[in-house]
Amino acid sequence: MTDVTMTVNGKAVSGDVEGRTLLSSFLREGLGLTGTHVGCDTSQCGACVVHVDGRPVKSCTVFALDVAGATVRTIEGMANADGSLGVIQQAFQDHHGLQCGFCTPGMVMSAAALLADNPKPTESEVRHYLEGNICRCTGYHNIVKAVLAASGQDVAAVAAE
Amino acid sequence: MPKDGGIGASTIRREDIRFLTGKGRYTADINLRGQAYACFLRSEVAHGRINRIDTAEARAMPGVLAVMTGADFAAMGGNPAGWHIPSRNGEAMKEPKRPVLAHGKVRHVGDAYAVVVAETLEQARDAAGAIVADITELPAVVDMAQAVANPDLRVHDEIANNVCFDWGWIEDNRAAVDAAFKAAPHVTTLELVNNRLVPNAMEPRASIGDYDSGTGDYKLYTTSQNPHLSRLLIAAFVMGIPENKLTVIAPDVGGGFGSKIYHYGEEAAVLAASKALNRPVKWVADRSESFLSDAHGRDHVTRIELATDLEGNFLALRTETLANVGAYLSNFSTATPTFLHGTLMAGPYRTPLIYVNVKAVFTNTAPVDAYRGAGRPEATFSIERVVDKMCRELKLDPVAVRRKNLIQPDQFPYTTPVGLVYDTGNYPATLDKLIEIADFSGFEARRAESARRGKLRGLGLSTWIEACGIAPSNLVGVLGARVGLYDVATVRVNATGNISVMTGAHSHGQGHETVFAQIVSDKLGIPASSIDIVHGDTSKIPFGMGSYGSRSLAVGGSAMVKAVDKIIAKGKKIAAHMLEAAEDDIVFEDGKFSVSGTDKAKTFGEIAFSAYVPHNYPLESLEPGLEETAFYDPANFTYPAGAYACEVEVDAETGRVEVVGFACADDFGNVMNPMIVNGQVHGGVAQGIGQALLEAAAYDDNGQLLTGSYMDYAMPRADDLPMFTVDHSCNTPCTHNPLGVKGCGEAGAIGSPPAVVNAVIDALHRGGHTKVTHINMPLTPSRVWSAIQN
Repeated sequence: MTDVTMTVNGKAVSGDVEGRTLLSSFLREGLGLTGTHVGCDTSQCGACVVHVDGRPVKSCTVFALDVAGATVRTIEGMANADGSLGVIQQAFQDHHGLQCGFCTPGMVMSAAALLADNPKPTESEVRHYLEGNICRCTGYHNIVKAVLAASGQDVAAVAAE
Repeated sequence: MPKDGGIGASTIRREDIRFLTGKGRYTADINLRGQAYACFLRSEVAHGRINRIDTAEARAMPGVLAVMTGADFAAMGGNPAGWHIPSRNGEAMKEPKRPVLAHGKVRHVGDAYAVVVAETLEQARDAAGAIVADITELPAVVDMAQAVANPDLRVHDEIANNVCFDWGWIEDNRAAVDAAFKAAPHVTTLELVNNRLVPNAMEPRASIGDYDSGTGDYKLYTTSQNPHLSRLLIAAFVMGIPENKLTVIAPDVGGGFGSKIYHYGEEAAVLAASKALNRPVKWVADRSESFLSDAHGRDHVTRIELATDLEGNFLALRTETLANVGAYLSNFSTATPTFLHGTLMAGPYRTPLIYVNVKAVFTNTAPVDAYRGAGRPEATFSIERVVDKMCRELKLDPVAVRRKNLIQPDQFPYTTPVGLVYDTGNYPATLDKLIEIADFSGFEARRAESARRGKLRGLGLSTWIEACGIAPSNLVGVLGARVGLYDVATVRVNATGNISVMTGAHSHGQGHETVFAQIVSDKLGIPASSIDIVHGDTSKIPFGMGSYGSRSLAVGGSAMVKAVDKIIAKGKKIAAHMLEAAEDDIVFEDGKFSVSGTDKAKTFGEIAFSAYVPHNYPLESLEPGLEETAFYDPANFTYPAGAYACEVEVDAETGRVEVVGFACADDFGNVMNPMIVNGQVHGGVAQGIGQALLEAAAYDDNGQLLTGSYMDYAMPRADDLPMFTVDHSCNTPCTHNPLGVKGCGEAGAIGSPPAVVNAVIDALHRGGHTKVTHINMPLTPSRVWSAIQN
């Protein structure tokens, strides 16, 4: 076991991990941050996306030890300081961009990374960017709407109903 | 206009707050003090005889607490089938025992035959790898045609030809149907495959068993759409423990789509292990296990024939289907290809004569059961594909042919030749609406534009109907169901006037916590924020049959309304006493009980308070308290229906299909929350497009699953799908439930696959490839390209 230290959602944290411990396991089991979900074992589904030093990462593909010293942000760190939903989270609620909620944390983290890189994406750019996040409930329609709305664009233009 | 936050409002969902902030509580998120971890060992061969399982080395490994094999569960009961379907010759169906863990033989890749419990998950996994199993591989039966034809190949030694049942519906009509075919001016025949799918809820299955040796109580946290049924099956059938000593909790559940309706062996195994070790035992499937062991869906091979006159009037319909049930009977696996499929073969049409034959076939593959739509997508696909093929053969317009064969609005209630009575509908209206919202009139211009880019554009249509809101218990009892199919709700009004509603329906994405509160708010005139919806815990809820088959609102919601009505009736008695008026003179409106024609009134809160502080209360004739339970058993199924259109572009050079437009005109009866209904349709259509273009669970000849991960099984992703156009304005309220609702959860997955395939065939024909009459799903680029080349 090795001691690992990193900053998660603004707090310095540490814990003993095995060399094989994944970042997703460290967050979930070590820190109790169960908002980061694990939906597959081949790095395909994207439910586990978190930000490491500002970049989106599938936390099931990274060893905890590999991100020692890094700054990690998870879904638990996405709300405003007063506890209210952040802009992207609020857009997901307003546009019904989630149903069962399981893919949602990864979807929100990926959407946040997209908008940080590309503040006004087109519908096509949103769809392409979210290709690594699988949702089985929504058909993506309302997720795409939510991301476009979070970017400040008029979603009526892209979705008829 | 809907009341603010009441019935008909697009209220945003209250459950979203926890899901969007990482505060959801799924089974895998739950950790109990002192829990140990289970890892199941699964068969690597599709069929084999277990000679010996050597667990000695595994037992000696660090942290290992227990190793259990099929022998440890051999005395327990089997996981039963929920419906008995007799063969047309009267023979009972074949029901081989489905044990907790495989014993004697393994029958599919992924069939669990041992479980290791250890202090950590890693230790459990390491020890599972140290178990040495001596298993003699036997020939696998994978292909259904081969399974029924070869008497030497048996999944279960006692079942010759692997046939579970050979069902005819309706047998008495068969001769008349055959005669109609002999006399028919035209017969269209189509052989098709309804491809096997993996439901793939994003949350893998998980279970935690927690036995309390102090009380003898068992508790199971599990990923279930149907916790009460799981409790019943585990207690009464599998483990033989009193039902009242088992609590089943299905907390937040990350999607189900059918795959989490059923009881699975892992649930009983973690309960038994917890008792043996006197500590909680947790198991979380990885995705590979889900692919191998979740119940799959569809997997029909069908020959369908449609008899018509030369103008395209339907005269008779006949089908023969082989339906794969896999290696064991999952709980609804026998109902899905029969009463959820054969009874729907009329579709929305007036076809006068119909006969359906279904043989359910055992194979060395994972069990197959209800997946979103469950039998109805298979029925709709067969009908809508053969109708389209007939239109091409007779050079008739597919819209006009459908329109003239639809059941007309003045023909309801309509009795079909396959045993259902449709209560209401307006099928021409949804077809007209579809033509409008899909802009049929602009298609030619769009097609020409696609052609300028070298793409073949096609427009495909389907009309669909389903039976949901399952089901009238007395009717399904006659048909072979072994349970009642009512649902239950308790409305508990607290002394301070706020409300907890305990519902037997289970929400795993459908938004019940929001919608059910809207309904109770609307009926009682109190804010939705004062109403909590409680679901998924058998210790809190009287009973329930769970959520599947688009039944939550039609059945569970109706139970809730019935319970609310009882609350209002009791409130009137209390109000009559307090207001010194006759009970008949009390009216309840907008949250107030008032004396008709006067300004004398008591608020709902005052009545609630009086019920719990009964100082001024008719104690001699009325019990204190304000809590009511209702069981609702529906009088009929509900019959949502609609018409779907798909527009595709096909690249003839590569065979790649792109869905460029999809429109849905649906009749769901009254709509409680349009935002949520639209979301349900989007998700269903995405799954239907997935079936049509992308998804297939493929086994090789040895029974190895070739599509066992997201690297190989093509899930629809954001860039595979377009924006959808949905409409549910042509609604005809259900005539027999108090909300007038029909159900919307499965519609999209039912109506969409034939629309997609019809669109591709249309594109190919418009592009001159007129010899292509059918392509089996999924319409991958290689299949489409090959069809063009041949």
